[in-house]
Amino acid sequence: MDKSLLSRVGRLALYLILIISAFAFIMPVYVMVVNSLKPLDEIRSGDLLALPIAWTVEPWLMAWSKSQIGVEATGLKPYFINSFLLVIPSVVLSTLIGALNGYILTQFKFKFADALFAAMLFSVFIPFQIVLIPMAKTLGFLGLAGTVKGLVFVNTIYGIGFTTLFFRNYYAAFPNELVRSARMDGAGFFGVLHRILLPNSAPIIVVTVIWQFTNIWNEFLFGASFSDYTSFPLTVALNNLVSASTGVKEYNVHFAGAFIAAIPTLVVYLVSGKYFVRGLMAGSVKG
Amino acid sequence: MASLDLVNIQKSYGSVQILHDVSIALKDGEFLVLVGPSGCGKSTLMNIIAGLEEPTGGMLKLGGNVITNVAPAARDISMVFQSYALYPNMTVAQNIQFPLEMRKVDKSVRAERVKSVAKLLQIEHLLERKPRQLSGGQRQRVAIGRALAREPQLYLFDEPLSNLDAQLRLDMRTEIKKLHQRLKSTIVYVTHDQIEAMTLATRIAVMKGGIVQQLGTPYEVYNRPANTFVAGFMGSPRMNLAKARVVDEAGSIALEFKNGNAQKIVLPLAEQFAYLKPYMGQEVIAGIRPETINLPTAHMEHKEMQRSFNSKIEVTEPTGAETLAILNFGGYEFTATLDPDIALSVGKEMQFTVDITKLVCFDVNSETLIA
Repeated sequence: MDKSLLSRVGRLALYLILIISAFAFIMPVYVMVVNSLKPLDEIRSGDLLALPIAWTVEPWLMAWSKSQIGVEATGLKPYFINSFLLVIPSVVLSTLIGALNGYILTQFKFKFADALFAAMLFSVFIPFQIVLIPMAKTLGFLGLAGTVKGLVFVNTIYGIGFTTLFFRNYYAAFPNELVRSARMDGAGFFGVLHRILLPNSAPIIVVTVIWQFTNIWNEFLFGASFSDYTSFPLTVALNNLVSASTGVKEYNVHFAGAFIAAIPTLVVYLVSGKYFVRGLMAGSVKG
Repeated sequence: MASLDLVNIQKSYGSVQILHDVSIALKDGEFLVLVGPSGCGKSTLMNIIAGLEEPTGGMLKLGGNVITNVAPAARDISMVFQSYALYPNMTVAQNIQFPLEMRKVDKSVRAERVKSVAKLLQIEHLLERKPRQLSGGQRQRVAIGRALAREPQLYLFDEPLSNLDAQLRLDMRTEIKKLHQRLKSTIVYVTHDQIEAMTLATRIAVMKGGIVQQLGTPYEVYNRPANTFVAGFMGSPRMNLAKARVVDEAGSIALEFKNGNAQKIVLPLAEQFAYLKPYMGQEVIAGIRPETINLPTAHMEHKEMQRSFNSKIEVTEPTGAETLAILNFGGYEFTATLDPDIALSVGKEMQFTVDITKLVCFDVNSETLIA
């Protein structure tokens, strides 16, 4: 067979597979968007894939500020804010602690450094359910039960395993002479971290922030277990919206709500996805 | 600037001893080069001076003050690293003033210092660039500039030229030497390159296996090597080392070279070699520098010290400036550096002369210099 023909067929098959995969990923998004812009009876009458006949943003407004979730009909808005109040400090704290851990584990030779790191890695593999009861006790003891602060605490602790892993591996490959030089130049413990390590950690900071942001934003179990009506994160509120047992199921509002919940992670990904891929590759390619 | 005293410095990792009792006293303004093959402990010794590693025993004094347990930043020592260790997130100017900033030096003083250092090293046009925008030689200058800005009592250079290409290495070597002459600073410099050591040092410490084999001026180390290791390490091409028997040749001391079935070569020595008398009849290791072997010419210098011998040329290696010839010297392979303009025929026996003025002899067992 002609070689160029063979390669052309191969190329065609490749594109076909890629298009099918892309389609499989984009389809649910399409379904969510079109149905969130339809009145409810259009959905009930049938075709989920059809474009809306009577376009409406009412489901979005309902989901955002009018639907009944807690005691009052507030929509997702207050919980959206809760999630931000929860995610931002959790991401900042867990990233900073991860950087600090990575710095100590790599730049200071002490006994059991590797054993300590291995122990911290365990937290990456521990299923959430196992820590629920001890964590509930801890939060109760600290007086943080049912508060956003409590959730910040839980998510920060739980994130340290991952962030330490990221920073430790990044700093293990960090040129040792830079740190030695900074120490001789008079930089102290935090001086080295603040002036030398962190400013040269952009790729791994981006990776860590995206990772932590997405995980904590989408986190449900801790939110459901350790919060109350005032401190629900968005995931729990969305669940309450969707599974509300009274009245008709307002699918268009549910679609809109789910999309609202997905917007921040989508934005984070679109803004920094490029850096994310670059950061994951940073160790393997000399920059 | 200050003196540096290393007193019985020891370092071991677990049961592995890296440094054995290193003692070096350095006067103000000296340029000490620590030279040796890799793994000889020279970098460890430098890190101990810098304070980046702690000695397991011994004492360090800088300018008369004990600094053994002083933190690296408080030692008033700056260091130029092999990789230059420029901070990639800072401009050249920020790099140079970083040590001053860490010491809370006034901003105007800092700017002044950056300016004068940049002028000295001719990097004024680079001040606003980031390290990644610089060539190897420029990075090297910036690294030196950062060390200079602090005006410390002691400078450490850790193989600073090893990442540069050959031509640039020679240029920077000259510049470092000029800088030392201008600043009259005390410098400790680590290298594995014996030519760098010879050209830069006021004193050389040749190290091997964590022990200082010899501490002396380049002249001493080259001409009176303390043992066969130093003799072989310093100088390129290497010194010829061969076993020879001390014999009596018509009432004067002579060395007899004979390996296997080869034709023996006997070199009668002069009055100054009287110290070999106790070795009469025994073997010693004789060391002959390649440049002391020549082809006989009409007007030779100190003729009374020239000895002639016949030898076959086995290989010639012209380098342009000189030609290296491998000779069969009483059964041993000897290298001679010869005039490149003389036609040499490989495989033919020719007459050569050797200047015995700088011939040295080592004890066969201890391999140390007999003097």
